[in-house]
Amino acid sequence: MRFGKKGIFYTILIILVGLTIWMTVKGEVGIFKLAPASKVFSAIVRHLQIVVVAEVLAIIVGIPIGFLGTRHSFRFISPVLMGIANVGQTIPTLAFIGIAGALLGMGYNAAVIALFVYAILPIIRNTNAGISTINPAILEAAKGMGMSPMQVTARVEIPLAMPVIIAGIRTSTVLNVGTAAVAGMIGAGGLGELIVTGIAVRVTELIIQGAAPTAALAIILDALLNKARDAATPRGLEIRE
Amino acid sequence: MIKLENVGKTYPDGTVAVKNLSLEITKGEFCVFLGPSGCGKTTCMKMINRLIPLTSGKIYIDGVDITQQNPVDLRRDIGYAIQNIGLFPHLTVCENIGTVPMLKKWPKERRRKRAEELLALVGMEPKTYIDKYPSELSGGQQQRVGVARCLGADPPILLMDEPFGAIDPITRSRLQDEFLKIQGKLKKTIAFVTHDINEAIKMGDRIALMRKGTLVQYGEPSELLYSPENEFVQDFVGSDRVLKGMRLHKAKDVMQEPPLTIRSNDTPQNVRSIMEDNMQRWAITVDEDKHFLGWITHEDIVDTKSIKDIVIPPTVTASPNTPLNDALSLMLNSAIGTLAVVDDDEKLLGVLSFQIIRDVLGEQIENGDS
Repeated sequence: MRFGKKGIFYTILIILVGLTIWMTVKGEVGIFKLAPASKVFSAIVRHLQIVVVAEVLAIIVGIPIGFLGTRHSFRFISPVLMGIANVGQTIPTLAFIGIAGALLGMGYNAAVIALFVYAILPIIRNTNAGISTINPAILEAAKGMGMSPMQVTARVEIPLAMPVIIAGIRTSTVLNVGTAAVAGMIGAGGLGELIVTGIAVRVTELIIQGAAPTAALAIILDALLNKARDAATPRGLEIRE
Repeated sequence: MIKLENVGKTYPDGTVAVKNLSLEITKGEFCVFLGPSGCGKTTCMKMINRLIPLTSGKIYIDGVDITQQNPVDLRRDIGYAIQNIGLFPHLTVCENIGTVPMLKKWPKERRRKRAEELLALVGMEPKTYIDKYPSELSGGQQQRVGVARCLGADPPILLMDEPFGAIDPITRSRLQDEFLKIQGKLKKTIAFVTHDINEAIKMGDRIALMRKGTLVQYGEPSELLYSPENEFVQDFVGSDRVLKGMRLHKAKDVMQEPPLTIRSNDTPQNVRSIMEDNMQRWAITVDEDKHFLGWITHEDIVDTKSIKDIVIPPTVTASPNTPLNDALSLMLNSAIGTLAVVDDDEKLLGVLSFQIIRDVLGEQIENGDS
């Protein structure tokens, strides 16, 4: 079963990378010149840049917000946060990017901000859920044995919530690889630009040059974050009879 | 050691959880807070380590007002065990037991050594379990680790909230026995919460019976059983108080000398005449070192060369600390009229019989009613 999953993962990855290389090597369709290797490469870098910058900002801001929502004195904002997070997630990415472009102007910054807002939602939601679902008896024991509030957070709450928090980061990263492609429409650069251009000039090969690496990035990041989650899962939580 | 003085707890919404409660737990005493659910017993216990702040009155530990101490430091010197155990699932047994020592900055090797000691104390093989995670343990084992953890930094005081509540009756009874043994050695000052009258009678040196936030009666288990302060106590104790009271007596306290003891190296002729002289149809047999071997009957002596050959080995024996209720059920189960009490080395200490048990209980009821 494990081998099967791995096999599928690598097969798809090889096909995607292969398609990208094939199109790039092909160079031109009729009179139309496809993107050269250097352009594809810089688009990938730009794409990653948008995703990673937005994601890192979302993590830095989202985890503390999600955490604060679980504190006694801030409990009241927890439902509000959850509501915003859930509604926010239902807005289609295309609409979201469109709104961002309209409000913040075209370009890289608008894309990063839009992706940041989009990425922060699952992170807030999962941080909040990860911490608030910890068995209260564990927290009572921790407090009763003389852990300070800081120690309860650092030694009990964060380690126990970590797998759920990372799952949130994984969800938002994978979503954002796709959303960043849409961001090509508002002139942020990245692989989306190749796709948008390809659609405009009706050159399938160019669309594939943008779409295949986007898909490859998504599944690579997904696999990496899955590994990270496994690494962050405390050993005691894995053992189930 | 622990002194509660007119302690009260009123929640902001006006609910009174505890009102005007005063009691003292002396050093080394096992005090049980007993009562129906919602009577304030857990609140009372949690006020001692400031998990719940009190709204009136004072609590002193060794003469020091607890509100004058940092709550975190206070709690590190008070062992804490709860019904749902609350073991940390992401930490090993060793790390769980070493929680308070870690907070107190003990070096790592010392923490591990302490965890090994405590595992052995609660009857778990240290080598097998020390590096396991809680999810790999059975419910009973988790409870044991919970008890070991509350003893982690050897605190003088333990607070225990139904620590044996969530396990099956057989395991619970075994853990209770073992914990009493541990307490016999460690002599901690314990505040123990339960709603189970049998557990309270079995475990407690003193019982604080609570109802609707007030202390109804505070005294030794026998006082509650035989001189209940009012109808509530009487109802709570139940109509079978005499049976419950049997728990309070240990075999060693009421056992008597056997009517006739025979040495196994004696000659059959001799034994026979001794039995006839004493008009006994049966006798207890011990070896040269007073180890209990079993019973012999007069009829069996007729044609035997050695007493050893006709000894009927015992089906059951009691230990000095067996409570009378257990002794009685042993006797009823194996249909014997006399039960031998032996120590850990199988040495004969005395015997129990229905007559002896009846006399003890009769005395108890007379004393209580007078």
